[in-house]
Amino acid sequence: MIACARLSILTPDLRLSKLDMKFFYGKFSPNPRDTDALNMYGWHGKIARIDLTQRSWRVEVPDIGILKKFIGGRGLAGFYIRTSITLEWNHPQMPLLLFTGPLVNTRSPTSGRMTMMSRSPLTGTVGDASVGGSFGFQLKKAGFDGIIVSGKSSQLCGIEITDNDIRIVDASPLEGREVGAVNSLLKYKGATAVIGPAAENGVLFSSIIVDGHYAAGRNGIGLSFAAKNIKYITAKGTHKTNVFDPAALSSAKEDVFRLVAASPVLLGKFGISRYGTGALYDLMDARRMMPTDNFQKTRFDRALKMNAYAFKKQYAPKKTGCRGCHILCKKTAGHRASMPEFETMSHFSALLGNADIHTVVNANRICNDMGMDTISAASTLACFSEIMQRKLAPEEIVSLLTDIGKKQGVGAQLGRGAVKYAISCGRPELAMAVKGLELPAYDPRGAYGMALAYAVSSRGGCHLRAYPVSHEILRKPVATDRFSFSEKARMIKIGEDVNAVADSLTACKFIFFAASLEEYARIYAAVTGIKTSAQDLFTVGDRICYNERMMNAANGFTEKDDDLPSRFFSMAGDQNSGIRIGPIDRDAFLTARSNYYMARKLNKSGMPVSAVARNLGLGPIEKISDVSNHRK
Amino acid sequence: MFQTTENKMIRSGLVEPDALLMGSLDAHLEWNKPCDNIFELEMLFNRLNINALIFSQPAEPYRSIIDYLAEASNGTITPNDCETRTFIHDLPVAFELSPDAVVPLLKKRKCVIVPGHGIITYGTVGLEQAYVTFSSVCFACFVKFFVDFLFLTRKRQADQKLGQVFVRVVQALDPPVSFNGSLTKGPFKSKKHIYEAIQEAGRLVVEHRLVDSYFGNISFSDGQTLYISQTGSSLDQLKDAIDPCPLNGSSCVPITASSELPTHLKIVQHAGSRAILHGHPKFSVILSMDCDLENCGCRDKCHVKCPHERFVRGIPIVSGEVGSGPSALCNTVPKAIGEHQGVIVYGHGVFTAGNTDFNRPFKHLIQIENDCRAEYFNRLRLYSK
Ligand SMILES: [Zn+2]
Ligand SMILES: [Zn+2]
Repeated sequence: MIACARLSILTPDLRLSKLDMKFFYGKFSPNPRDTDALNMYGWHGKIARIDLTQRSWRVEVPDIGILKKFIGGRGLAGFYIRTSITLEWNHPQMPLLLFTGPLVNTRSPTSGRMTMMSRSPLTGTVGDASVGGSFGFQLKKAGFDGIIVSGKSSQLCGIEITDNDIRIVDASPLEGREVGAVNSLLKYKGATAVIGPAAENGVLFSSIIVDGHYAAGRNGIGLSFAAKNIKYITAKGTHKTNVFDPAALSSAKEDVFRLVAASPVLLGKFGISRYGTGALYDLMDARRMMPTDNFQKTRFDRALKMNAYAFKKQYAPKKTGCRGCHILCKKTAGHRASMPEFETMSHFSALLGNADIHTVVNANRICNDMGMDTISAASTLACFSEIMQRKLAPEEIVSLLTDIGKKQGVGAQLGRGAVKYAISCGRPELAMAVKGLELPAYDPRGAYGMALAYAVSSRGGCHLRAYPVSHEILRKPVATDRFSFSEKARMIKIGEDVNAVADSLTACKFIFFAASLEEYARIYAAVTGIKTSAQDLFTVGDRICYNERMMNAANGFTEKDDDLPSRFFSMAGDQNSGIRIGPIDRDAFLTARSNYYMARKLNKSGMPVSAVARNLGLGPIEKISDVSNHRK
Repeated sequence: MFQTTENKMIRSGLVEPDALLMGSLDAHLEWNKPCDNIFELEMLFNRLNINALIFSQPAEPYRSIIDYLAEASNGTITPNDCETRTFIHDLPVAFELSPDAVVPLLKKRKCVIVPGHGIITYGTVGLEQAYVTFSSVCFACFVKFFVDFLFLTRKRQADQKLGQVFVRVVQALDPPVSFNGSLTKGPFKSKKHIYEAIQEAGRLVVEHRLVDSYFGNISFSDGQTLYISQTGSSLDQLKDAIDPCPLNGSSCVPITASSELPTHLKIVQHAGSRAILHGHPKFSVILSMDCDLENCGCRDKCHVKCPHERFVRGIPIVSGEVGSGPSALCNTVPKAIGEHQGVIVYGHGVFTAGNTDFNRPFKHLIQIENDCRAEYFNRLRLYSK
């Protein structure tokens, strides 16, 4: 620790030599094919396979057919992880995948994102997180479409990626250090992806923080870094991405820009460009679907004091955003500290019954520094609070978070997530999670498409897979009846397909509030030269989702896991203010779920079907490895 | 499930009841009625990732217009009004009604026109979406047809066939809007009264067909809060679709408000008006796009920035795009409205405003549309001399 403290005061150049003194080159195995000569459009056609046990790396050239079938990002990572998905999350051969997409590092709008994937330590499902910032952009500039890390380093290491080169360096001086500190040490190395003490201490909902601000939050993917003894990965490069038809790209981009400009949610007076994702906070309150007191209520009576406007007045945040985005929804304040995102704002206020705005900001800062997912952390605390039958005081919220990150006191128990904690207390029904992933800040009783989407999401309680909030709440592209399951099953299926494509291109999901695959198909075609259409891309999305479904099935997930906590079927939400939020009708939910299975072409119990898999080019269905596997 | 959409489409004069075919797929495919074509249309559901489909011959005059434009096209109709340019881009035409002819086009766009057969549109989030697209296609083609005809007449390039279609189309037009009644008089005593007044105005705007599909927006400000219709709301069904927007900006609830919220807010600020209406009456849109300047100098960019000050019968025409941004209409409309009865936005629609209630803005909306309609035929006579 003393050595580290000294490191931080050294000049950047000295820091470089200090850290690099102990670096060791990986065994470089040059690829027989000079991939630069491939002259591909969109992709580089280069994936780096890094073996941390062997300390070596090599380049793999993916078949163009595979790229067409899975695109990049989440899709391509899903293709590569499939054969290993039944290994335990911490098995040395369980790969960790960081993938960009063909649109990254082009002028395509909002394409600075990337996917980080492994098997989720928290849920046992396929575990991925889409993350913004500049990592995807720099990884692509370094000449790679993605990296696949396997094996395990004997000591804490960093992976430093530069133009066609990868070094594995010793990071043991950084052991136990917080994200912010590590990030400032590494900044000059390009984009950074860093874990904090939480992951090193085995917190199951650890995150990876990119560029000091952007969280690959969900599914405990940070712990997948720690499992391989990786403290950080950096990337920096100078490569260009070839664009097949720049003029067509410009024209499609113009169309997207016009749609974005016309979108109140994105660039409007009260949209996320001005207020950050926190702009949704008032809306959730107005629609009476703000999860409050661990989802016991759907209205937080002090919400008006805790909204984005209040944060704006208090902290006067500045705008920033991912590379290649003009919406700039990220907000920072003071020493470039991140302002909480909507989910964080909501869960660290309403879900815990906390009306202290500074506590929300502090909690967010601690989660970032410790490297923990804010949604899971807050939800686990809310579960703890309900089990203990007492409200947590602001100081207690802050100290418990620190305890979780440091694995001390009750924090050691809470660091296993709401589900495992609630089970250990004999109160499993009080964990508000699906497949072990804690639910975000949209109460499913206030939006039935969301209820179904949570239940069937391949990575557990996640709002982003199908994102029906778009039509049920934000009324885009048209409004749908949020209190009805009618027509929702296929909408959810289609929504999942769209977002799988967005996560694979990669493009930000928010832009799909305004644009659609219609415009992005033209962008994709312009960048890659591959003739395609919105509907062709849907097929890719379908394939990506089915692939994930097959992986979960192989790990023993069944229809029993496609369900919501029982509370939502028995307990009403807010009843007092014009909008009556009732419990969800169990039968209607089950019917909608069956309909979803049909729309997704699964069998009656939600399991993948060989013929469908074959049609999608996904190969045979794996045997179920160990039915109880995911429960471990 | 089908009834609501069916009613809307018939009431707005888009289709004849018998022509309308609607399919919806959730677990199973359902149709609003039996039909000979169903097998072929089912193929569309098999080959596209969609959950709703509308196929119908549009009612007159849309039918003649669309058939003409489609047949005269080389496979794509490119509309020139702003809304369509923004949201639908262009309209593909198939010259045969078969899955093989229409599927490749529907893979790229949300609609396809099959001359002699009708329009096919689809939704991925339900019938409503298919309806909105259907309606937008009709609107865009209507506007294009009239704009083009005036332009070609001025250039003396309108051929005989077009002339014949035009006569047929004009015969099928609705009569000019007339309204002799009165809307609820202000000042409004409570929030409840404001909501009722907004709903009343919305219903009348739709009934008098001063909007395309149901798009447009309505607001009323009580000095503290601006109450405004939500984005994508049916103006004739605003009961649960009005967002309160505090004028001090202390809440983001209006994130779901109409995309023209900034314009409404600025009109309140600049002109002190309280009741604001915005619709897309057709002839106002059409006439705003008739530019008699030979070399305007801003070719194809008039909707974004047109340097020329123009008026139709005293009503200013301004440029401006939907939403935010430097060339957005929220920067042009509020300045222009001043003491005028209203403002026409190039290729888009009309804003009108009043002080105590919706009587003035509603009557002016009608007045402007009727003036534009009269002026259209005036110019036509002038140009054909
Ligand atoms: Zn408008
Ligand atoms: Zn001009």
